Amino acid sequence: MIAECQALLGPDAVLTEPEDLIPYSFDGTAALKCRPRLVVFPRSTEQVAAVLRLARDHGLAVVTRGSGTGLSGGSVPVPQCVVLCLQRMNRILELDERNLTLLAESGVLTQEIFDRADAAGLFYPPDPGSIKISTIGGNVAENSGGLRGLKYGVTRDYVIGLEVVLADGSICWLGNKCVKDVAGYSLRDLFVGSEGTLGVITQVLLKLVPKPAARQTLLATYGQLEAAAETVSAVIAARIIPCTLEFLDRQTVRCVEAYAAVGFPLEAEAVLLIETDGHPAAAAEEAERIEEIARTHGALAVRRARDPAEAARLATGRRSAFSALARIRPTTILEDVTVPRSELAAMIRLIQRVARESGLQIATFGHFGDGNLHPTFLTDERDAAEMARVEGAMRTIFDEAIRLGGTITGEHGVGLAKKAYLRAQLGDASFALLKSIKRSLDPENRLNPGKIFD
Amino acid sequence: MEAGGNLLASLDYSVLQQCMHCGLCLPTCPTYVETGRERNSPRGRIALMRAVADGELAVRRAFGEEMYYCLGCLACTSACPAGVDYAQLFETARAEVERAGVLERPQRDAIRWFTLRLLFTRPRLLRLTGRLLRLWQTSGLQGLIRRSGLIRLLSARWAELEGQTPAMSRVNSDALIAAEERPAGGPSRYRVAVLTGCVQDLAFAELNRATVDVLLANGCDVHTPRRQSCCGSLHAHNGDEATAAMLARRQIDAIDPFAYDAIISNAGGCGFHLRHYDRLLASDAAYAERAREWSRKLKDVHEWLVEIGFRRPRETGAAPQTVTYHESCHLCHGERVSRQPREILRSIPGLELREAREANWCCGSAGIYNLTHPSTAQWLQGRKLGHLQATGAEWVATGNPGCHLQLEAGARAAGSALKVTHPVALLAAAYAAEKRTLPGMTPQV
Repeated sequence: MIAECQALLGPDAVLTEPEDLIPYSFDGTAALKCRPRLVVFPRSTEQVAAVLRLARDHGLAVVTRGSGTGLSGGSVPVPQCVVLCLQRMNRILELDERNLTLLAESGVLTQEIFDRADAAGLFYPPDPGSIKISTIGGNVAENSGGLRGLKYGVTRDYVIGLEVVLADGSICWLGNKCVKDVAGYSLRDLFVGSEGTLGVITQVLLKLVPKPAARQTLLATYGQLEAAAETVSAVIAARIIPCTLEFLDRQTVRCVEAYAAVGFPLEAEAVLLIETDGHPAAAAEEAERIEEIARTHGALAVRRARDPAEAARLATGRRSAFSALARIRPTTILEDVTVPRSELAAMIRLIQRVARESGLQIATFGHFGDGNLHPTFLTDERDAAEMARVEGAMRTIFDEAIRLGGTITGEHGVGLAKKAYLRAQLGDASFALLKSIKRSLDPENRLNPGKIFD
Repeated sequence: MEAGGNLLASLDYSVLQQCMHCGLCLPTCPTYVETGRERNSPRGRIALMRAVADGELAVRRAFGEEMYYCLGCLACTSACPAGVDYAQLFETARAEVERAGVLERPQRDAIRWFTLRLLFTRPRLLRLTGRLLRLWQTSGLQGLIRRSGLIRLLSARWAELEGQTPAMSRVNSDALIAAEERPAGGPSRYRVAVLTGCVQDLAFAELNRATVDVLLANGCDVHTPRRQSCCGSLHAHNGDEATAAMLARRQIDAIDPFAYDAIISNAGGCGFHLRHYDRLLASDAAYAERAREWSRKLKDVHEWLVEIGFRRPRETGAAPQTVTYHESCHLCHGERVSRQPREILRSIPGLELREAREANWCCGSAGIYNLTHPSTAQWLQGRKLGHLQATGAEWVATGNPGCHLQLEAGARAAGSALKVTHPVALLAAAYAAEKRTLPGMTPQV
């Protein structure tokens, strides 16, 4: 396999030494690692197809990888696998300003897509925390969310076409530039969020939207978590959909300030970071109404970002929240349960109770506006007893999320980290359907085996 | 594998565990950007170090080469929300590479012995070398040999290295600066010691003079001990902790930190290391207390000037000048001094500061990296020059002699008219211009 890959891709596109493989043994997920057999870097769709055929001939599993920033173990290798790293397929192939679409290879960084659109007066809204380094292929495979999900949706809402290589090496185009298209099943949607288990995404056709003319950023400070949750419910009930509605608890605020000193108030129990955008008058009016709602719902203070630079600093601070929390304890385990927005306060109360009763440190932040929370366990993977308590606490939180009509993962994917809880959420029939789709597309279980389900 | 002597295994494990491999460091790491390979990234290197500490990976040549491929620029530490102490990891890993001896080769050993153990531990020898270089450069011999192409006949690598030798100052710092100087006319508000450095002293003694002038103009009594040693940063960054500790003790013997309000460094590469004497000598009972005080008092010159509220130079009608600022890695990522040099530059009348893209990226100098890894160093130098030239500025100011030399060499190679200076040199010139245009005026602090 190694020699054949070298002949196919060139010697510098195949890694086999332990010093080269160890750094590909993990992604952004805590406490998961596994050394692959080799790592390959194809440069074209044809090379991807050829690698898949070689893997089939040799009976090896294939784990596709972009920049390895995933948070559910989606690109963590499985034993003896080939890691198919798409990072060198990094060209933006077309920006179509007449149809407002962008065609890119999978290895293009999401930030580059945003920048290219931005330079043309257009907007690619999905902005996962890792936007500066994550690849668009990885974002599509995980159906990544971000800070703007509330108003603009998630990655899926912008994918209108995909080039996919199937396990047998065949190459399919799914979708096109049409706004409407009902010819056959919507197969493209099957691959969005498939976590590398159904095929290898090699090209992505994205829809762009006009760039909002103006933006307003507010920071509201609270003495109580519930007051922040009530503000969110009131804003939504008032029929206002801000672009961003983020929440950080006290612990998270302190860690972010220690890293970035962006000006979050340290004394707050909770802060909300809210952004409105659109026509200048509309953005300003929404900001004013939100400010008023925040004040009448117990905000201690509400301030506006003075300029775009300050707004960008606050957003960057929020984006660093997960990593900044790693300052406290050796291991940082991030969850992303999501509930209907009407159930937010209940979910927050449960997380607080679990933390109290288990004696664990749990910091919480997240996308309040879309009900997506990030309770984060600050722990130590070497302490087996504490890890067992983390496991128990996690299960309680997942069970409650499901009971409230929510999901065990809003934007990170199931991968390895959450597969034990998936059946409970889906129910037996839906779970069986999921597996039957996998079997029909990848009968030999070659692509990212053991992810999502066993 | 035996864990007994393994320096990474004996390191506090939580320092290794601090990295949660989120990947936010990747886009800021020059070597990762160059190759796109995880092992050439901060989180990849930390994974290798952790594998060594865990006994899952033997220290082999490949590990050693990786630790030396790292520039040690510390851009990753600025990017890291988790607060990983990469500097400590990196120095420990290099020390482990040296302990294991996996990179030993006669030529490398000879160069390391000559530079780390001989040249940079003996101030007199270093100065003599500087004088010989100066003789070579001014006698006409250098030009003759360069023009004749003789050196290229010997070896292309030698020609390249010779081309990078810095132009030596006419005199050294001790000749330009008295051991004690007091502000003329004005009151003394502070008492400071100035570190003259080694490369700074040999190649930029005038900058040391300018540093003293600026401190005097801001009410500091300035003490400049004679014949100072190397601070040991070169040694610590290259895995020779024992010599680094010896040199640190020597510095502390020469300059009692309790006697000063601040100890001033004007070189980012030295300053960052000088701040860590407390850690370096923590287990040395005779020095630990003074080392802690030393680290507390150690200030970069820009940081100190802003801290004491330096005097803005007066308008003298001097010709306008355009300046861009290149951040020394260890000054901005290590010492976290980034705002202050810009504040000083903006205070100068007629000076327009033009920001360059990637101003906080490494220029490729990185200690002796430009000698050990010339191709990566040249790639970074070219990238840097491109961004600096795009600003259209006449000057680039930078706070570290290694960067200064690298940028000068880069400008020369690119046929660019860009001139290199230090923010403090520009401030000193602005103060000097006041005296010329407003004669008889005593500076008020």
